[in-house]
Amino acid sequence: MSGWQRVCTLDALVPDRGAAALVGDHQVALFRLSDTEYVHAVDHLDPFSQANVMARGLVGSRGGVATVASPMHKQAFDLKTGQCLDDPEVSLQVWPTRVSDGWVEVELPERVGPP
Amino acid sequence: MTKKKLAVVGAGMVAHRLVEAMVERGADQEWDIEVFGDETRPPYDRVALTSFFSNSDPDDLLLGDGELWKRPGVRLYRGSIVSHIDREAKQIHARNTTFEYDRLVIATGSYATVPPVEGSDLPGCFVYRTVDDVAELRAWVTDREAALGRKVKGAVVGGGLLGLEAAGALTALGAETTVIEFADWLMPMQVDQAGGGALQRIIEQMGVEVRTSTATSKLRADRDGKVARMQFADGEKIQADVVVFATGVRPRDELAREAGLEVGERGGVIADKYCATSDESIFAIGEVAHIAGRLWGLVGPGYSMAEVVADRLLGGDATFEGADLSTKLKLLGVDVASFGDAFAATNGSLEVVYADPLAGIYKKLVMSDDAQTLLGGMLVGDASAYTNLRPMVGRALGSDPTAWLLPEGMEPPTGGTLPDDANVCSCNNVTAGTVRGAVTDHQCTDIAAVKACTKAGTSCGSCVSLVKKLMETQMAEEGLEVNTALCEHFAYTRAQLFDVVRVSEITTFSELVEKHGTGRGCDICRPVAASILASLGNGHVLDGENAAIQDTNDHVMANLQKDGTYSVVPRIPGGEVTPEGLIVIGQVAADYGLYTKITGGQRIDLFGARIEQLPAIWKRLVDAGFESGHAYGKSLRTVKSCVGQSWCRYGVQDSTTLAVDLELRYRGLRSPHKLKLAVSGCARECAEARGKDVGIIATDKGWNMYVGGNGGFTPRHAQLFAEDLSTEDLVRAIDRFLMYYVRTADRLQRTAPWLESVEGGIEAVRAVVFEDSLGIAADLDAAMEAHVDAYEDEWAATLADDEKLARFASFVNAPETPDPDLVYVEERGQRRPANGDERAVLIAGTSIPVREAEVVV
Repeated sequence: MSGWQRVCTLDALVPDRGAAALVGDHQVALFRLSDTEYVHAVDHLDPFSQANVMARGLVGSRGGVATVASPMHKQAFDLKTGQCLDDPEVSLQVWPTRVSDGWVEVELPERVGPP
Repeated sequence: MTKKKLAVVGAGMVAHRLVEAMVERGADQEWDIEVFGDETRPPYDRVALTSFFSNSDPDDLLLGDGELWKRPGVRLYRGSIVSHIDREAKQIHARNTTFEYDRLVIATGSYATVPPVEGSDLPGCFVYRTVDDVAELRAWVTDREAALGRKVKGAVVGGGLLGLEAAGALTALGAETTVIEFADWLMPMQVDQAGGGALQRIIEQMGVEVRTSTATSKLRADRDGKVARMQFADGEKIQADVVVFATGVRPRDELAREAGLEVGERGGVIADKYCATSDESIFAIGEVAHIAGRLWGLVGPGYSMAEVVADRLLGGDATFEGADLSTKLKLLGVDVASFGDAFAATNGSLEVVYADPLAGIYKKLVMSDDAQTLLGGMLVGDASAYTNLRPMVGRALGSDPTAWLLPEGMEPPTGGTLPDDANVCSCNNVTAGTVRGAVTDHQCTDIAAVKACTKAGTSCGSCVSLVKKLMETQMAEEGLEVNTALCEHFAYTRAQLFDVVRVSEITTFSELVEKHGTGRGCDICRPVAASILASLGNGHVLDGENAAIQDTNDHVMANLQKDGTYSVVPRIPGGEVTPEGLIVIGQVAADYGLYTKITGGQRIDLFGARIEQLPAIWKRLVDAGFESGHAYGKSLRTVKSCVGQSWCRYGVQDSTTLAVDLELRYRGLRSPHKLKLAVSGCARECAEARGKDVGIIATDKGWNMYVGGNGGFTPRHAQLFAEDLSTEDLVRAIDRFLMYYVRTADRLQRTAPWLESVEGGIEAVRAVVFEDSLGIAADLDAAMEAHVDAYEDEWAATLADDEKLARFASFVNAPETPDPDLVYVEERGQRRPANGDERAVLIAGTSIPVREAEVVV
């Protein structure tokens, strides 16, 4: 399965609070920030704790960069790039998103993860 | 390269420091280190032994992180008595084996001595030296109290440091204690007659009897052969159900004697300034060592000797040049300090004395004959000037000495600055210069970093405030700002932010950050704001924008566990629960396959609930009459209680009813850190109330209130705040205490450090609570009343609100689908999350051998 997947209505997302979504076989964390039109999508899997919890982290900013902090042990990640700001060797996968007709859509690349 | 062998006989604090110093300098590359200790524990903090009474886990006293003993090349043999040293063959015998050594260090410390008093070997007679001594003493007092059905009478022979410490311990155990001192006054080694007199007055006011100029002549047993009476040389007798001998220590030098090493006239292995004994392969350090003509009975000099030996073994040329014998102690809650030439032995020295017999204060400074240079001093009853004065010994005081002796509360007249070579931490030999260097050369900008970098303040801790002041002064000099900002988004402390929100009546985070902060906030300031808004009564935690600033626990009103599931904790006020209630909890746990555990706070924790299951689980619990236990919040957790007078044959008040009432009163109260209370129905303290933020212990006349205790990473014993309060007065005092704390503490600051940080300390808080010294009592009362009136159960409110319930979806596009990655194994009849290895096996589809695990997704 690849291409744009319709996930939920924009209204279903609480501003500045994440929500988890199943996109294909992937668990994705969606964040709708209160001051932008854009919806961020990153892995729901926290690479540090290996638990599917990223959508439950707090959004925020660090030096102007929009972030989400893992709710498990508070490492911050750049919502735009997925880069962990506390450990340069770790990052979350970032998923392309768009809002169309009031629906949030996430693009699944051709091949992600193990075949 | 073959490594050389170092054997260390003795595994006390000084031996620990030696090994630590060796490892720090990389000496474990060159040396194999074998340490032999006769106690079964790794080295522990003997100086803090008395804290073991409040803090019943002896492991809390262990020194260092324990990793030291796991390093390659370092071995600790516990419970190993070295029976013989063969100097010819360079071998020691222990554990029925022979160990070779190239160098040997004797660090066997000393024995507690017992005077040759008839009956001193009766059951019920103790010394006060090891964790085991203390544990046995505690067990004895508890058992005797139960057997006798009355308070135990305790006698401590010896009114020195150790004796008063033992008296404090006995008193804490509930014994009626008498201290017997042979000399004419207490602590004759540290303070003069006037100081001893002041000390005695304060101690007697606490109900401890003191007999000076008294010799013990014999001890008599009761019919069971247990110690029961003590007779004095003048023929007088007292009852004594337990006797502690604290009459001094003697070096444990018999091993050295037997090996033919030179020993001092009054014992101790004679060593030179390099700590080398008469056999150059053998060193002696600590209390067993006799160096420069004397024994050194404190840990500070022992640490210095350990550093000397570590340096010598690595080819250095360090020497032991004597050490600071200053002491500062809190004995029975009384400050006593003595430093430098405390007895004015220097020719022509002058003594400046301040004494207030009513307040129980005696202070003396010893000055040089020109009254310029500080030579020493002693402080009884108020030793607050100690940390500033001790480093000044041998230096010009630079101001009128009497100014240093004025009552507490006055700023010390330092004016000048401490010279770089002034020793600020005598335990670890750290100078003011080293602390400053931590800031200038090692970029330390907080006290934790300075401690880690210099070791200052890491042993007894009495110098921490001075070290902090030195650090902050140096930071100011470097142009570094002493940072009290909450995070990058708010330049305020939590207390300032609280006032900002309260005064400007802000009700949302976005308004707060817009008017008083920057950026989008973060995981630090958002929950702080959430807590402040909740404390000021801004509605349900999930109302409107509040939902976006709660940490995940508060957001789903449950505790996040390691696999991303949550635990559920219904409130069980005071730990009281009906059989019907227990059945409902059990049935819910069974139906949802939740792992069930009784918590440390008298409640039941249900683990493994998935986010989408939480509403259904809570619906069942709420229907059965349970409500949120707020186990997820920085808020009131539990009010623990004992059974109290309704069932207990010792109880003097109804602790359970009070605990239930208090828990219902303060439930839901948001605070800077979690809050725990406890109520004990009698002095036996079964609820462990003194380990809580607010502890209440029943007396015949009412309730004693303790504040500032906690468990956790830095356990603290609560301090007595007020005595014999009526229930009404007690509740008002707790209301004010908690509300004042909620408003003024820093983020994640527990009540103990808060009490220390409040200007004026616990006294100032007492004045706020009981005398309304700040004129805010009515405000605090009203705030608590508002909290109590506005309380509603968060879970009941959530269940009645479809919009809030919509947030408990596993996936926004598949709200009921469980997280497919959760995998469990069974252990002791319940399930727990599979660990990494188990997951790999389980996901591959086979079962795990041995454990007979099963997948129970």
